Amino acid sequence: MMSNSDGEPVASAKIKVVARDVNVFYSDKHALKAVNLDVRANEVTALIGPSGCGKSTFLRCLNRMNDLIDGARVTGTIAIDQQDIYLKDLDVVQLRARVGMVFQKPNPFPKSIFDNVAYGPRIHGLAGTGAELEEIVVTSLKRAGLFEEVKDRLNEAGTGLSGGQQQRLCIARAIAVSPEVILMDEPCSALDPIATAKVEELIDELRQNYTIIVVTHSMQQAARVSQRTAFFHLGELVEVGDTEQIFTNPNHKLTQGYITGRFG
Amino acid sequence: MTEHTVRSYDEELSHLNNLIARMGGIAEAQLDASIQALIRRNSEQAGKIIAADAKVDDMEHEVHAFTVRLLALRQPVAHDLRFIVGALKVSGDLERIADYAANVAKRALVLNQLPPVPPMAAVPRLGRLVQEILKDVLDAYVDQNQEKALRVWKRDEEVDDMYTGLFRELITYMMEDPRNITPCIHLMFIAKNIERIGDHATNIAETIHYLVNGTPLLDARPKGTSVLPEPPPAGEGN
Repeated sequence: MMSNSDGEPVASAKIKVVARDVNVFYSDKHALKAVNLDVRANEVTALIGPSGCGKSTFLRCLNRMNDLIDGARVTGTIAIDQQDIYLKDLDVVQLRARVGMVFQKPNPFPKSIFDNVAYGPRIHGLAGTGAELEEIVVTSLKRAGLFEEVKDRLNEAGTGLSGGQQQRLCIARAIAVSPEVILMDEPCSALDPIATAKVEELIDELRQNYTIIVVTHSMQQAARVSQRTAFFHLGELVEVGDTEQIFTNPNHKLTQGYITGRFG
Repeated sequence: MTEHTVRSYDEELSHLNNLIARMGGIAEAQLDASIQALIRRNSEQAGKIIAADAKVDDMEHEVHAFTVRLLALRQPVAHDLRFIVGALKVSGDLERIADYAANVAKRALVLNQLPPVPPMAAVPRLGRLVQEILKDVLDAYVDQNQEKALRVWKRDEEVDDMYTGLFRELITYMMEDPRNITPCIHLMFIAKNIERIGDHATNIAETIHYLVNGTPLLDARPKGTSVLPEPPPAGEGN
């Protein structure tokens, strides 16, 4: 039987991502300290904590985005479906297709809506014919809840969309390459409440097919969209648990202090 | 608990706490006065108690409105959430307690029109026990002291036992002389009202346990003797 990071046995939930004793150093700075975390498949896991607590650093470990930062060093093991993603001969481009990412600010390519979504499938050779490619684009836009709004203007620039639409376009782009895990780094912080609600609704639908990890500064967002919540503080994972438990009866004083707004 | 970064939030929570403390103080005073009015056959005092009940009802509405405001504007979580929901529940219990105290006063008015009966003395004894329990549970609420709350919770057994004894005593008097029936029935209802106050004090103790620990109090409470027969065990009787 597997056990979760608290040492309790987990019998029913399927574990998608396992992080063990993960440390991250940026040059001399010890940014992430001995993090153990299990991420369950087809659930939304929210990572919360004050700025500089290591939550985004941890998120970026999961698709090796930290490789791109000079002086960054990652130790420990991270496995997706029991496959170590830090193996030397691992194809990082393939990894990033399996583990998609959506950023804080919507960052569509300066291309048409269609080409934004088609970009990934093209470079990964996922579509044999033009018709197949079109089907991937349409399906991805539908899954991202954007198709109805853009179906008549697929050749217009993605950058011409509203902020909320751009973010959903980025989500469509991420899911076009059929990832297994989607990482989201504050996906709604630049959006208004209506656009935020749409993205949150989308996140909830997407978890049927994907495992989602979302970093957020909004407690309410973590409470609304996630099934599990992990609280980070000063580079350490303080507590992880069912979202309901974290927000009604957290075990750790630091968690309680943070989520109730009592941080000194 | 340390303070919130937003100081006005702390002030609001402290205001809510004060409201509950004041409400508890009034409910306690109402119970005390109603028992005094009964012992001293003081109809004027009983009338004051009945009139003062509206004050507790108003305070309950104030607590309701304030908690709804806090929930909407602060979106509390964790201990704050439990504290606010707890205050809402405790205010309901306190309103009922004050209601029962007013009921005791109403029946005291009627009893004052009748000749005194001997079992009168036993009712204040029950009243004093419940007053003690109510005082302890309100102290436990203010101190957020779950050990104290647990002690109160366990004492409800004593109330049940005393109430059952009183019930039997009143029946004996009624059988002895039918002229006792009217005052004894009133005393029986008074005793029942006081016993119910004890139950609400127990509810408050359970709420305190929940708001301190975040988990409900699940143990079986020690039960005293009852005036009712034991229910038949499940699965039998066919």
